[in-house]
Amino acid sequence: MSNLPEKNIMSKLIQEIQKGRVLVSDGAWGTFLQKKGLNPGECPEQWNITRPNDVFDIAQSYIEAGSDMVETNSFGGNYFKLKGYGLQDQVFEINKAAAEISRKAAGTERFVLGSVGPTGKLLLMEEVTEIELYNVFKDQSIALEAGGVDAIVIETMTDLEEARIAVKAAKENTGCEVICTMTFDKILGGEYRTMMGISPAEMTEALIEAGADIIGANCGNGMADMIGIVKEIRKVNAQIPILIHANAGMPQYCDGETTFPETPADMAGRVKEIIDAGANIIGGCCGTTPDHICEVHQIVKSL
Amino acid sequence: MNDLLTKLSDCIEFGKINSASPYPPQMKGQDGADEITRLALETGVNPQDILSKGLMPGMERVGIKFRENKVFVPQVLMSAKAMSTAMLHLKPHFLSGAAKQKGTFIIGTVLGDLHDIGKNLVGMMVEGNGYKVIDLGTDVSSEKFIAAVKENPNAVIGLSALLTTTMVNMEKITKDIKDAVPGTLVTIGGAPVNSDFCHKIGADNYSADPQGVVEYLNVKFA
Repeated sequence: MSNLPEKNIMSKLIQEIQKGRVLVSDGAWGTFLQKKGLNPGECPEQWNITRPNDVFDIAQSYIEAGSDMVETNSFGGNYFKLKGYGLQDQVFEINKAAAEISRKAAGTERFVLGSVGPTGKLLLMEEVTEIELYNVFKDQSIALEAGGVDAIVIETMTDLEEARIAVKAAKENTGCEVICTMTFDKILGGEYRTMMGISPAEMTEALIEAGADIIGANCGNGMADMIGIVKEIRKVNAQIPILIHANAGMPQYCDGETTFPETPADMAGRVKEIIDAGANIIGGCCGTTPDHICEVHQIVKSL
Repeated sequence: MNDLLTKLSDCIEFGKINSASPYPPQMKGQDGADEITRLALETGVNPQDILSKGLMPGMERVGIKFRENKVFVPQVLMSAKAMSTAMLHLKPHFLSGAAKQKGTFIIGTVLGDLHDIGKNLVGMMVEGNGYKVIDLGTDVSSEKFIAAVKENPNAVIGLSALLTTTMVNMEKITKDIKDAVPGTLVTIGGAPVNSDFCHKIGADNYSADPQGVVEYLNVKFA
């Protein structure tokens, strides 16, 4: 792409947060891509090359909704996931393009967060080694930085070891701020744990030690349970900036379509409570739309 | 109760693979599922008893603890690893007919979905509970499920999906299977699905956890 804006050199996310600002992040990408015609079995990240205008539309719609930052279409842009589509040789091109598209939408005044998701490979089962994981996350992070992201957001993590390796790889090989969010479920006793058994409290010190600048949670929960997760993080650490990307509730199935129950007003209605609990950046995950982000933005602005 | 079988069931429950394995820390240096299964066979324990009184109770206990959120995926994976190590020793006895499996379970992640952690967990738990498991992998089409059930009459089929974007494919696959081989039972699972969805798409069972699949199969193959 020509005439690409520079990255946001004015500031860093943590400086904005230290000023006492609450920032608004973007909403869902996966469900949005689908609405634009992404077919089952199609590689979402390939759209950065084949349908960049559609990807740009998504990024732009979140910027227009009032988001202070926008993610990149690179969640599954790591070597292992791309290999599933035979695209493992295009890690650099696909991630760089993802970053450039979101940068174009964000301009120089808003932040771009380079999305990095899990590999789907389990260290515990010896499906992958720590060094392999490190290199895979390193390559993806470098490509995202080359495309102009301000920060890397490692997200939907459930295994603490994989999350730590990803944070280190991003921190040690780029100049970007590093964010890491894990996905928690509410278990029977009412506590929160990732699929691998990690609690928000357990995650906190481990990710900070690995080098994360901002931590938090994404997916798996609507706003109500995210408030509980923020409280648990704040109990063990008063300072670390917290980012929350909440689902629009849990998916429901109706007439061949998956829908999410929480409306923009439902989501916005919880914003004050989650800020009071200690969240610094609020955005959406599955099922959230520009309308959700717009209402969240209105509330944040009014506080 | 045979002492070896009690020990073996503990190895399965706590994920003790062999004596060299450092996991779990409280069983460090002890014999694991590998050594104990071999010893049991050498001392003449019936292979069927090793399966049903050693491996299966251990697998059942970890399955129940997983359902109750007392353990998480890593513990179940280690149990499954211990179990498959033991199964290697038992395999010749299944082939010779000296020990019998309860039935056949065909499992796969549906078309468009490449996630396999949940699917593998279920497959391993079902195998550890005495079933023959045919794993078709990920991104599996209707045709592949149909071919597998034609080769293995009366097998039950398990469909897995992690994504809200791929769970919708379960409906067509379920219908295709039932059109091609009427009477085939289909059980579904995965993060975004529930019993309401199961009912709507015409599948026969939904389980929230691997133990639920085992219990469903135990009823159907009883």
